[in-house]
Amino acid sequence: MGIDFDKLKVQGVKVNYFYICKRKLWLFSKGISMEQNSDRVLYGKLVHKNAYPRLKKREVLIDDILKLDIMDKTYVKEIKVSSKMTEADKMQLLYYLYYLKQLGIEKKGMINYVKERKLEEISLTAEYEKKIENTLVEINRILKMETPPALKKLPYCKKCAYYEFCYALEED
Amino acid sequence: MDRDYYIFSNGRLKRKDNTIYFIDSQDNKNSIPVEQTNSLHIFGEVDLNTKLLNYLPKYGVILNFYNYYGYYSGTYYPRKKNVSGFTVVKQALHNFDYNKRLFLAKSFIDSAVHHILRNMRRHKEDIKELIEKIELERLNIERANRIDELMGIEGRIRKYYYQSFNWILRDDFTIERREKRPPKDPVNALISFGNSLMYTAVLSEIYKTQLDPTISYLHEPSTKRFSLSLDIAEIFKPLIVDSVIFYLINNRIITLENFDDQDGICFLNEQGRKKFIREYEKKMSTTIKHRKLKRKVSYKMFIRLECYKLIKHFIGDEVYKPLKAWW
Ligand code: SF4
Repeated sequence: MGIDFDKLKVQGVKVNYFYICKRKLWLFSKGISMEQNSDRVLYGKLVHKNAYPRLKKREVLIDDILKLDIMDKTYVKEIKVSSKMTEADKMQLLYYLYYLKQLGIEKKGMINYVKERKLEEISLTAEYEKKIENTLVEINRILKMETPPALKKLPYCKKCAYYEFCYALEED
Repeated sequence: MDRDYYIFSNGRLKRKDNTIYFIDSQDNKNSIPVEQTNSLHIFGEVDLNTKLLNYLPKYGVILNFYNYYGYYSGTYYPRKKNVSGFTVVKQALHNFDYNKRLFLAKSFIDSAVHHILRNMRRHKEDIKELIEKIELERLNIERANRIDELMGIEGRIRKYYYQSFNWILRDDFTIERREKRPPKDPVNALISFGNSLMYTAVLSEIYKTQLDPTISYLHEPSTKRFSLSLDIAEIFKPLIVDSVIFYLINNRIITLENFDDQDGICFLNEQGRKKFIREYEKKMSTTIKHRKLKRKVSYKMFIRLECYKLIKHFIGDEVYKPLKAWW
């Protein structure tokens, strides 16, 4: 293994944010969160609550870091509202698989896109493992930055919970 | 979504199950939708239970209390959900470093003066001289080296500004000078009433962010007051409160009958308060197209954006530029 996992491990959501926006990752990691003010996030939480009403094994918490929606014999399952952020979601789930592997548990992943009623299976390949490790190193580098990564316009800024925060600017 | 509720009657405010009820002295029961409530303003004599006080933080609802005369007396500020030790440390550093503190204090005053002049220019012909005096005084802001100097400049600007009220307002309303404790004439009563609403509005926006309301720049941070709220309110008082006052008086919506006088204190009666709040709420929800957000933004949201800009300043993201209404 190439990295010191124990020193680099982070919450799953940070892996997700890393692939969405590094500025968001930094702000979130400093406790500057906007979640309460956003209806979209609220909607996401609701979907979550209602997606698997009958399943008992919901939300497994590992090390206070990993919050798994559902885990069964074969799969770690993630529930997502829509398929917009596929790469970020995928990497988050792969990170979970990677994390579990460090604990000696080998699983496969399954993402459930509720809106599209779509399932997607993924497994942790050697290539993905490498990618996760690089990601962890990069995330830790960003978290150590003194100031947030500068604002760069991204196609989904307008839908981001941080939009008002990031674009609250005055003209000269 | 984000409503403020004003309670004028006497009665009881309580939580039963997942609803807040207000039961007035005639036993009329009104429910208040807690999820859509921003803050509650209590003008009447109201009993509360601890169940209610324990419930409100869950929804981030702030309680503001006003005394018999309708003047602000205090706030129940529930424990925050949005906390960031990192931000608070940085916020404190900007107070601790005197130059950094001065920069922010100047920014607040400069924005306030911008909005003061904006109000005055609408009545330019009669108050040209006062406008010029303020413009001259404004030049001293940049040069000031100390906060108390800055406070002096602000005091003089306000004096000229309030003098101009005698031209801006209809004949039956005049002001000799600003008297806060207690207000002795209707214009002072209006200013005091409006300013306390503004103070609580800013406080409730601060509450939604990671800012610590006790660490301030222009005003001395104190344990008694949420002084950051006073700082930020400087920007919005002339922009929002004063224009509401001008509107209410000059359109004869509020008249001298809406005031009472007791023990040498002048205050708005219930009818007057209701009229004021109606217009003030209307103003707060008025929207303006924001040039950077490219979205319509309410006056109330502009207060939150000011908080966001301060956070960005503190964390070294973007140097603070105060709002200067461009519309
Ligand atoms: S608004 Fe854009 S830049 Fe800001 S956090 Fe969201 S995605 Fe990143």
